[in-house]
Amino acid sequence: MSVAGAISPQKAPGSSAPLLEIHDIAKRFGQTEVLRNISLQIASGEFLTLLGESGSGKTTLLRLIAGFEQPTSGQIWMSSERLDTLPPYKRRVNTVFQNYALFPHLSVRENVAYGLRVKATPKHEIAVRVEDALGMVKMKDFVEARPATLSGGQQQRIALARALINRPKLLLLDEPLSALDANLRKKMQSELKTLQREIGIAFLFVTHDQDEAMALSDRIALLRNGAFEQVDSPREIYSHPATAYAAQFIGQTNLLRGEVRGDYASCGAIRICPVRGPDGPATFSLRPEAIKGALDATIGTPYMTFKATIRQQIYAGATELLEVDCAGQLLRVRVPAGEPLHGEHAFVFSPRDAVRIRD
Amino acid sequence: MRDTKFTSRSPLLAAYSTLVFAFIYLPIVVLILYSFNRDGVGGFPPRHFTLDWYRQLFSDSAIWDSVVNSLIVAAASVAMSLTLGLLAALALDRANFPGKVLFRRLVLLPLILPGIITGLSLLMFAVFAGMQLSLFTVFLGHGTALISVATTEIFAGLQKLDRAQEEASLDLGATPWQTFWRVTLPNLKLSLIAAGLLIFTLSMDEIAVTFFLIGRDNTLPLEIWGRLRRGITPEINAISALIFSVSVALIVVWYRLRARTMRSSPR
Repeated sequence: MSVAGAISPQKAPGSSAPLLEIHDIAKRFGQTEVLRNISLQIASGEFLTLLGESGSGKTTLLRLIAGFEQPTSGQIWMSSERLDTLPPYKRRVNTVFQNYALFPHLSVRENVAYGLRVKATPKHEIAVRVEDALGMVKMKDFVEARPATLSGGQQQRIALARALINRPKLLLLDEPLSALDANLRKKMQSELKTLQREIGIAFLFVTHDQDEAMALSDRIALLRNGAFEQVDSPREIYSHPATAYAAQFIGQTNLLRGEVRGDYASCGAIRICPVRGPDGPATFSLRPEAIKGALDATIGTPYMTFKATIRQQIYAGATELLEVDCAGQLLRVRVPAGEPLHGEHAFVFSPRDAVRIRD
Repeated sequence: MRDTKFTSRSPLLAAYSTLVFAFIYLPIVVLILYSFNRDGVGGFPPRHFTLDWYRQLFSDSAIWDSVVNSLIVAAASVAMSLTLGLLAALALDRANFPGKVLFRRLVLLPLILPGIITGLSLLMFAVFAGMQLSLFTVFLGHGTALISVATTEIFAGLQKLDRAQEEASLDLGATPWQTFWRVTLPNLKLSLIAAGLLIFTLSMDEIAVTFFLIGRDNTLPLEIWGRLRRGITPEINAISALIFSVSVALIVVWYRLRARTMRSSPR
């Protein structure tokens, strides 16, 4: 698991010192431990996603960075300035709230201009920057509208423009897409990603949706019960999950439990060779698509093989998911869509795809 | 849709409702009608339309002095009870302090306390404090007793306020003070207007507390009360008709405002 200090290879070019440093942060509400001494660094220009189930502490961490909550212990630094001791209005961080929290009594223009107005920015500058911000989210035609007259997607854009007008170094987004329907959500995902690339501001994005996290992020920080399970790029987390939880939360997987002896592991009827690491009980994650039917296998050596009985065949367009039974062990196999299958078949997989994980 | 079904299906209910409304509103209609009757309050049906009573009313300086007095007291009471009520409601909504429950009960107590108790105790207070009874003591009485009304109304408004809006304001760089003026207060506009109108009306027709605290200058209700003891004159009908019209106008204004604010708030 790479937590503190691990900056992904996909980080924005030219940034070496971290933009935000979360150092050994713990947060308790009464007896409940919401965050357990976690550390994390965010690089400038990076799109980092806090992914976790509800109650994992992701929103609390966001609120600590925004300044709406105080940490029980630990520190937060932003470009060599201590952040956690500052009130929210002195932090160069802005937030897009889950339900947007637009001001209902102000027009779109006044909503977007709010951050500049309270700092007594000259009128002509406000006008120019409001225009820019609304252009960025393609909402120039709605300057005089009241938030209540806008659709969810439009409110979302206004909330984004309002948060970006202060030119924060870091934008916090608290499940901003969760209120939108599926189609609009996909569209907003890609717009959000494009926007983030263009303006080059670091985004810290909170979501419980693993597909969203995969699609958007440079890195994903997977939270579980107030601690990081794994912090890595989406590809790295998917191909090399650190734990059984990470392997199951992000994508589907088969967990193979067994015993390692030397370079050889036996998990029920399935053998894996070669394997690395110490002898003893071990768990492996094997993605369904890493298993292939023996007949259409172009898998190279070395490869492992096993026989299993087809139990279920679930059609999904380009592919289908097989549920197979290998001597009492149920496995999922993703294969290209084809003929209906019955009875016993041989399957192969490469031992490289069986990733040894912590249970 | 449901309403039309109701009336068409149960004529008994319709008749019953009509009777209830007649009981409430018929006296008011009669009162207004007789303010235009030349022969005064005697005789039925009213004959000979006249505006004489209104002419008489408009030249009656004692009545108008009392109207002005009432307006001054009501306006000042609104200002005082809204200010203190807002602070009390903010404390109840946001702060945690020892004795909060007791504080809440004490603030709301005047709502259920009989006016005679409030009036008497304020009178004793004024006497102990060596104050001359005057419109000022009346204002103190109204203003303090009506804080409870303001607090209840504004507290309800605060409970409905989306706290994320205040967080968004702080997040965008507004200080807590700016946030209060630019976000919290505008969101409470409706509650403040509602409380203000209610307090204004309550103060305008308050008799019990006023009775104990009044000095030489009468408020309108006390002036009317004083005259009634000398017999009902159509002039009283006329002033009542005017008060009624102003009240209706205020209610209409209030509904319009509410409808507009409802439309512009999300969801």
